[in-house]
Amino acid sequence: MRIRTAGVVALFALALAASGCGGDSDEPAAKDTPKAAGGKMVIWADDKRTAALKPFAEKFGQENGVTVEVQAVSKDLQTNFVTASQQGSGPDVVVGAHDWIGNLVQNGAIDPVQLAADQKSAFNATAVKAVTFNGQLYGVPYAQENLALIRNTELAPEAPKTIEDLVAKGKQLTASKKVTETLCLQVGQNGDAYHIYPLYSSAGGYLFGTGANGDYDPKDLGVGKPESIEAFKKIGALGEKGAGVLKRSIADTNSIATFTGKKCAYLVSGPWAVADVKKAGISYDISAIPGFAGGREAQPFVGVQAFYVAAKGTNKALAQEFVANYTTTPELAVALYNAEPRPPALTAALDQVKGADADLAKFQEAGRNGQVLPAIPAMAAIWDPFGKAEAAVIGGADPTSTITAAGKTISGQIK
Amino acid sequence: MSTPLSGPGSATQAPGREPAGSPPPRSRATRDHAPITLTGLAGKVLLLGLTAGVAVWAAFPLVAAEMWVGLALLVASTAGLFYLYLTRRHVPAKYLVPGTLFLIAFQVIPVLYTASTAFTNFGDGHRGSKDDAIVAIESSSVTQVPGSAEYALTIATTGDPATGALVFLVTDPGTGAVSVGDSDGLRRLDSADVTVATGGRVTAAAGYTVLNIGQASSRSKEITDLVVPTPGGALRSSGLSRAYEGKAVRAYDAACDCVRDAETGRTWTADDEAGAFVAADGERLAQGWKVNAGLTNFTRVLTDKNVSGPFLSTLIWNFAFAIGSTGGTFLLGMLIAVALHSARMRGTNLYRVLLVLPYAMPSFAMLLAWRDMFNADFGLINNLFGLDVDWFGQAWTARFAVILVQLWLGYPYMFLVATGALQAIPRELTEATSVDGASPWQSFRAVTLPLLLVALSPLLISSFAFNFNNFNAIYLTTDGAPFPADNPTNGATDLLITYTYRLAFGGQGAQLGFAAGISVFIFAIVAVVSAVGFRRTRKQEEVYA
Repeated sequence: MRIRTAGVVALFALALAASGCGGDSDEPAAKDTPKAAGGKMVIWADDKRTAALKPFAEKFGQENGVTVEVQAVSKDLQTNFVTASQQGSGPDVVVGAHDWIGNLVQNGAIDPVQLAADQKSAFNATAVKAVTFNGQLYGVPYAQENLALIRNTELAPEAPKTIEDLVAKGKQLTASKKVTETLCLQVGQNGDAYHIYPLYSSAGGYLFGTGANGDYDPKDLGVGKPESIEAFKKIGALGEKGAGVLKRSIADTNSIATFTGKKCAYLVSGPWAVADVKKAGISYDISAIPGFAGGREAQPFVGVQAFYVAAKGTNKALAQEFVANYTTTPELAVALYNAEPRPPALTAALDQVKGADADLAKFQEAGRNGQVLPAIPAMAAIWDPFGKAEAAVIGGADPTSTITAAGKTISGQIK
Repeated sequence: MSTPLSGPGSATQAPGREPAGSPPPRSRATRDHAPITLTGLAGKVLLLGLTAGVAVWAAFPLVAAEMWVGLALLVASTAGLFYLYLTRRHVPAKYLVPGTLFLIAFQVIPVLYTASTAFTNFGDGHRGSKDDAIVAIESSSVTQVPGSAEYALTIATTGDPATGALVFLVTDPGTGAVSVGDSDGLRRLDSADVTVATGGRVTAAAGYTVLNIGQASSRSKEITDLVVPTPGGALRSSGLSRAYEGKAVRAYDAACDCVRDAETGRTWTADDEAGAFVAADGERLAQGWKVNAGLTNFTRVLTDKNVSGPFLSTLIWNFAFAIGSTGGTFLLGMLIAVALHSARMRGTNLYRVLLVLPYAMPSFAMLLAWRDMFNADFGLINNLFGLDVDWFGQAWTARFAVILVQLWLGYPYMFLVATGALQAIPRELTEATSVDGASPWQSFRAVTLPLLLVALSPLLISSFAFNFNNFNAIYLTTDGAPFPADNPTNGATDLLITYTYRLAFGGQGAQLGFAAGISVFIFAIVAVVSAVGFRRTRKQEEVYA
C-alpha cells in the first residue's frame, strides 16, 4: 500500500513536471519563430513615452521585418537599466535624460552614437552639446526643457525685467491683498538646486568651470568660492528673514497649485506646469526668468531627453540603426511632442509644432541663454548639499559658513 | 508604522505554550496506518508537481549559463524534497523544511550577500570585471577619423543569408563607387556587377546575397564586430545602413597592463587595489571594475570623520525614535484596547472600525499627507490651530512631528493585537482580584499588564527592530531635516539608515560596497538589541507562564 501510494504520487508529480517542462520548451520555440525572420529589439522608456513610442516602434518593426518591443519602466529607469545591463538582461535602446550620461558611461552601459554631420546639424546646437560627453556623442536628443517665468497676466500684465521689478510688483499685489505670496519658486525643506540655479547664476555663482574643450571640469568647483557666497547673500536677502520672497514652505508639492489657486502672480516652472495652468483657466504668459539688477542674466538649466544605444544589448546593430537613422526623423519627434509637450530638439519638428503652440517658442526663448545641465558624474554630488545650503540660507542662516561647508562636503564626495 | 511580522493570531496565545486542547501525540504505529485521503493525496501530488516544475524551469537558465554547481544544488534539493515527502519517516522535518528553505532563500542568502558585498568596492563605476571595463574604454573611444567620408552601407553575405561569410558593401558618397569590405580590407567592385539605388544602398551585387534589415539584424553581433581595415583607420558599421571610418583612440596594452591613448600618448596603469586605470598624475578613467576592498569599507565607517562624527548623536536619536514610536503606539493602542474591553462600553464595534482606519490606509500616501500638513505656511496643522510653528525647521519640533506621525500610523496595530491578547486573559483572574479588594488600577497593574506583556513582548521587539530601520518614516516626511547650516549630511531627524543612505548614494553615484558595510553595522546593533530583548522576554515568561 505504502509503496503503491508513493508510486502514484511520483507518477503524477513526474507528469506534472513533464507538463511544466513542455511549457518551457514551447516558449523558446515560439520566440524563435520571429527570430528566424529577423532580429528582436527591446526599448525601455518611462510610462508616458512608451505609449508614444509604441506605434512608431511597431512601424519600424513591420517595415524591416523585425520585432520591436517597447517596455515601460515606470520607476528608477536609470538604476534599473544599469543593473540589468550589468546582468546582461538589459534592453537594446533606452530613453532618458541627458544628465544620466556620465553615470551610464562610467558603468559602461551605453555606446557612442555616430551621426553624420548633416544629421547633427538638424538638431538644436544646445541639445547636441548636452548629449556630448568627453568629446563623444552618446545619445540622440529628441526634446529639451528649461525653466521659465510664468505669470498671471491679469495680476501682472508686464514681464518683469529684473528680480527687483518682480519683487516690487509682487509686494504691491500682496499689499493690496490680491495675492498672498510674492513669487512661487519651489524651495522646500531641503532646498531645490534646479529651481534656484537661475538666480544663483544671475548673482554670479557657478557650479563647475569649463575646461579647454568646453566640458565641465569637476576639479573647478564653484560652490564655496567667494562668488557663490556673494550670490547666496543676494538669495538670502530675498529669504524668510529678508524680503520674504523665497520660502521653504513653497515646495514641489504646492508651488504650481499655489499659482493656479491665484495666490501668487509669478511661477518659476517648466513646460510640465502649463497643462495645470491652462486647466485652471488662468490667462498667462511666459518669459525668461529675470536676473538681479546689475547682475548677469539668469541662466536656467537646459535638460535634454535622448535615445541611447545600450552597450550590452543583444542586437546592437539594429539598435544603432533605430537610434541613428530612425529617431532622427521629425515624425517621431512630433509624435513624442504630442504625448508630452516638451519642445522638440529637432529644428524641423519644432518648426512644425511651433505654429500651433505659442508657449513652445516662449520656453525656448527663455532657455536661449540656458546652461546645459552638467552630465558629469560629479554633478550627483551637488544636488543634495547645494539644496540644503540653499534652504538654510533662505531660512536665515549665515551664507558664508553655510556655503563654505556645502563646498567642502561636495568636494569631499568628488573623486 | 509597525509591521505585523506575525499575524494578530499569535498574540492571542502565549508563545511557547502548548495549544490548549491539542490531541495527545499519536504513536508511530497510528501514524503509519493513518488513512490516505483523496484531498491529501491530490494536494501532495500538486505541490510536488509544482516543485518539480519550478525545478525544471530553474534548471534551463542554469544549464545555459553552465553553472554546474548551482545545477547540482538544485537537483540535490529537489531530490531531497521528493524523498522527504514520499516517505513516511522524518515527520518533524516535513514541517520544518519548507520554512527553513524560505528562511535560507529570503533571509540567510541576502544577509550573506550583503556581508560579502561589504568587502568589495561594488558601486557605480565599479560594477563589472576588468575585461568589461577595458571593452567599455575601448569602444567609447572610437571616433570618426577627421575629414573622412560617410558611406552608405549594405550588409551582404557570400552564400546563405543566415550562415555565409559577412561582408560590407559600401558606397562612396562622392563617386558612387561600390567596394566590398571584410576583415582583410576593401576591394573595389566593378560598377557593372552592382545595382545601386538612390541614396547609395546596394540592391544587388554579383556573387553576393544582399541582406534585408531583418536578416541582417539576426546577425547583429557579427556586424558590430566586423571591422574593415583601411589606411586611415577602419570602417565600422553605424547601424545597418551607414558606415564610417573610425579609430579606437584608446587601447589596452597587456604588456604594461595599461590603457594608452594613441593621440596624446598618455597612459593609465591598472591599479588592482582601486579597481581603476590611474594616470601618473592621479587622474582616473571613469570605467573601473569590481575588486576586493578588504576591510576598507568597515574602517571607513569608523575613521572617516564625515561618517563617524555624527554617528553617536544619530544613534541616540535613532534609539529614541524607535523606543518612542514603539512605546507610544503600544501605550495608546493598549489604553484604547483596555477601554473598549470594558463590559460597560457601548458601540465598541463602531469604535473599533474607526480606530483601525489609519491602519487600512497606505502608509506611503499617509506619510506624504502628513508632511504637507506640517508645512509652516500652508499646512493644515498650523492653519487649524492658528499656530506659527516651523515644524520641520527646528530640531525638537521636527522630532516631535515624526514621532506623532508614527503614533498615528502605528497605534491601530497595537490596538488590534492588544485587543486580541486581552480577550485571551481569563476574566476570572481580574474578577478574583476585585473579590480580593484590589482597585481596578491594581488589578491592571498586577494581572492584566504582565500577562499582556508576555503575549506582546515579541511583537514589541519586532516593532522596535522595524522602527529602528524605518526608512520611509523619515525619508518621506522630513528627509532628515532640519540640517545644521554648516553640515548638509546629517540632520536632526536622521536615522542611521537615512543618514547612511545619503552617504552611500549621495555622492558620485552609488557606493553599494560602502552601503553594505554600514548595513552590517546596523544589522549588528539591531541583532544585539533583539537578542537582549528576547532573552528578557523568556525570563518574564518563566515567571508568568
